[in-house]
Amino acid sequence: MKRPRVDVEANHRLLTRRAAILGGVQLAFVGALGARMQFLQVDQADQFRLLAEENRINIRLIPPARGEIFDRNGVALARNVPSYRIVMVREDAGDIEASVEALGKLVTLDPDEVQRALAEMKRSAPFLPITVAEEVSWEDLSRVSVNAPALPGVTPEVGLSRVYPLGSDYAHVLGYVGPVSDFDLQRIEDPDQLLRIPRFQIGKVGVEAKIEENLRGKAGARRVEVNAAGRVMRELDRREGTPGSDLQLTIDSKLQSYVQARLNGESASAIVMDVENGDLLSICSAPTYDPNLFVRGISSRDYNMLTENKYRPLASKAVQGTYPPGSTFKMVTAMAALEEGLIGPDETVYCPGHLEVAGRRFHCWKRAGHGWVDLQNSLKQSCDIYYYDLAVKVGIEKISAMARRFGLGERHDIPMSAVAQGLMPTMDWKSRVHGQSWVVGDTVNASIGQGFLLSSPLQLAVMTARLASGTAVKPRLIKTIDGIEQPSGAGPSLGMNENNLRKMRRAMYATVNDRRGTAYGSRIIEDAVRMAGKTGTSQVRNITAAERRAGVVRNEDLPWERRDHALFVNFAPYDDPKIAVAVIVEHGGGGSKAAAPIARDVTLQALYGGEPPLEAYPTKDRDRIKQQQQVLRGIQPVANFAGRDQA
Amino acid sequence: MSYLEYTVKHVPSGPRKILYLNWPLALLLAAVACVGFLMLYSVAGGSFSPWAEPQMKRFVMGFVLMLIVAMVPIWFWRNMAGVAFAGTLLLLLGVEFFGSVGKGAQRWIDLGFMRLQPSELAKITLVMILAAYYDWLPSHKKSRPFWVLIPVLLILLPVAMVLRQPDLGTSILLLAAGGGIMFLAGVHWAYFAAVIGAGVGLITAVFQSRGTEWQLLKDYQYRRIDTFLDPASDPLGAGYHITQSKIALGSGGWTGRGFMQGTQSRLNFLPEKHTDFIFTTLAEEFGFIGAFSLLTLYALIIVFCVVSALANKDRFASLLTLGIALNFFLFFAVNMSMVMGLAPVVGVPLPLVSFGGSAMLVLMLAFGLAQSAHVHRPRQGY
Repeated sequence: MKRPRVDVEANHRLLTRRAAILGGVQLAFVGALGARMQFLQVDQADQFRLLAEENRINIRLIPPARGEIFDRNGVALARNVPSYRIVMVREDAGDIEASVEALGKLVTLDPDEVQRALAEMKRSAPFLPITVAEEVSWEDLSRVSVNAPALPGVTPEVGLSRVYPLGSDYAHVLGYVGPVSDFDLQRIEDPDQLLRIPRFQIGKVGVEAKIEENLRGKAGARRVEVNAAGRVMRELDRREGTPGSDLQLTIDSKLQSYVQARLNGESASAIVMDVENGDLLSICSAPTYDPNLFVRGISSRDYNMLTENKYRPLASKAVQGTYPPGSTFKMVTAMAALEEGLIGPDETVYCPGHLEVAGRRFHCWKRAGHGWVDLQNSLKQSCDIYYYDLAVKVGIEKISAMARRFGLGERHDIPMSAVAQGLMPTMDWKSRVHGQSWVVGDTVNASIGQGFLLSSPLQLAVMTARLASGTAVKPRLIKTIDGIEQPSGAGPSLGMNENNLRKMRRAMYATVNDRRGTAYGSRIIEDAVRMAGKTGTSQVRNITAAERRAGVVRNEDLPWERRDHALFVNFAPYDDPKIAVAVIVEHGGGGSKAAAPIARDVTLQALYGGEPPLEAYPTKDRDRIKQQQQVLRGIQPVANFAGRDQA
Repeated sequence: MSYLEYTVKHVPSGPRKILYLNWPLALLLAAVACVGFLMLYSVAGGSFSPWAEPQMKRFVMGFVLMLIVAMVPIWFWRNMAGVAFAGTLLLLLGVEFFGSVGKGAQRWIDLGFMRLQPSELAKITLVMILAAYYDWLPSHKKSRPFWVLIPVLLILLPVAMVLRQPDLGTSILLLAAGGGIMFLAGVHWAYFAAVIGAGVGLITAVFQSRGTEWQLLKDYQYRRIDTFLDPASDPLGAGYHITQSKIALGSGGWTGRGFMQGTQSRLNFLPEKHTDFIFTTLAEEFGFIGAFSLLTLYALIIVFCVVSALANKDRFASLLTLGIALNFFLFFAVNMSMVMGLAPVVGVPLPLVSFGGSAMLVLMLAFGLAQSAHVHRPRQGY
């Protein structure tokens, strides 16, 4: 087929024109692509470079080693020991079930834990190590290491785990650590990034919780390059963290272990405090528990056993328990009257066994009455009527104010959980809280430490220390942080008449050392360490008039929960006071029988710095004490525990 | 006009033909392919396997194929256009029944030694059949409705079959290339205005109707369109690829992060880094300078094709060459727009650079046709 030449030329011209148009469009598009490149790669380069770095660089925190805790003599109380765990990496293991089975032949694995680990391995990225077994013993670990070639993907890892070498002796003081919970995170404002590390451990209660900031330390960090799947390709750099500060407590481990052993079998607490500088040498509550159980994750069975026990092992009775101080409060009532000049020490009051106040009859614990008593005799025999009489004269406001000067009704600043404030009532308090006006009967009850009054063993120890030293000494639990000595608890003079204080001490001395004193049975006969103290028996029930007529039911005949609390406070040596002791035996009956013997043993142990010679005890007690010492020697832990390889 | 009218003596014959090849074009193709080898070596972490080495073998094969096709006179290819197009349609039909499934779409037929994607082949044979059609059609008929309907059907037939696979990217490319050849052939512009107007109208209607009573699509279809058009609205799904791709491009800066230093590709943040997204690795490692250089190479290939086509008075030859150039342009333009976040993500590789067998062979076959047109162009007299 032939076409005219002019047609061909025309067609080609049209094609050229159209090609020019299309070419122009293409050129414009290429220009647009170039402009886009320039926009992305030149104008916004910095921003995208930053995003690329964010993509590939990950900051991983390095947890710092937690500060360790020692007693005043350097005995380790809370340590970090290497703990071994076995982890598995799915992509290295290949057949994970087979690997776990092979591993199970070498070490005992918890089936539940294995199921959890297998499920987690299947779910997460193949290169992530998943823990299969924790708290593996050194022997098991060695066996795994030796057999490593037969166990692909299985590797042992070393971490630090918290151990309390003296276990239950310090459960209430130190508390324990545990993994951060959601509740913890909610509670803390702006939490440290460290807390987001899975299974990171923080203090839960006690010193571990209260000094958490110092103990935790500062996290280190390593910058790693990761790929899109999150696999770490290499480490770019690393900055080590700062380990937490080491603590030294004022507690004397040897004494603490002794006291804990001595309280064994009771629901009781005891405090030993230095009267000059306030150092708390021992804080014990019984029964106790093993904090190491909590670190590992306590089983619900063990936990239920602790919570359902009626003697409340989890309660730190020495600082958070509050009890009516009972007759141990009489020193405060007397000091209030003496300081006001309302009585002379030789002034006597007649005790017929009861006293009518505002139309109500108040009884003395001794139904027959004490007859004529002065200050010293009233304290020594714990006559109630004498103090009823004083209280009516002095009034509650003065008594309450005096109690506060002795450290009662005040929350002492020591780093333990739930330190109790106790209660020292005033007229204002009663109308505010109960909506009733104060009546004189309330004052009468308060005078002998009953009624509204509540105080903790710690407060009673402070009260006794202040009586003994005449200074406003404050309790101190932390001796050093990071080797830096913390402020002493020594305080200024109480500003009370030294004669009055001396009379009180003398009366307390008589209580223990005079034949008719309520604590005569618990006296010390070694002159250098003689003690002065006061018994207390605080009622936890009302004695009705009917019961009083029929004869008060003896404590031994009551169910445990309704028996009286037994209290005893003392300081020693009388001539040169060094320590103050407070002992409370819950529902123990009379203070002289249940609490004073414990206080004597604790006092002697503290003053001798170890087991006291039998010669310090009255002759007739020696055989019994000798036996008791033998028993206690058996249940005390070895004080210089090195904590080497026990978990 | 026809090949019979120019004398054979003006056309080179025998092995001498090789001297008359469009050598600058061939060298440009080789240069682009070398960029591809370099990038495939880089994304494999500095290794010839698994991508760079097979790609090199294929390019050599493709280059030889181009030479062979170039040696065959262009009039033979013109005569083959109808057969080739029919064969392609048969292959596309075959994919329906015997095709292998890849990424959820039936796209290739396994020939044993290679996997053939008939949709790739369709890009070339469609251009061939349209060029042959307009070469045959007397020019005064080209804008008559009946003679316009025929090429439209020729285009829509393969487009519909490719769309069924479903391969949206290739069908759009086919549509655009076919329309482009009709435009070049001189079909009256009013047809194009009408089609474009209707398309814009339809799209407007679809979007305008959203949320009204006469809504044209279902809600979930709108949501799909949303993520298709704006991947950033789905940053962890469809948007992830585009975001990472833009980060890679942008972090390249002026000069790039250095050969094999691109963190985005080396650490696997980039998707499909050896195929559709290979341009991002180039841009990350060689920066604006590298990316712009590749764009320039591509543009030069187009320029050489257009120059060759316009110098060729044979209507089939020039339409064929321009159609191949347009196809090539659409290839890289769509791919680059996609990775730079200018266009939605559709599976279009970067020509001669992305790893892929049949795309490379078909492209080299196409340039063989362009070379044949160049070698066998009428030299003088009619």
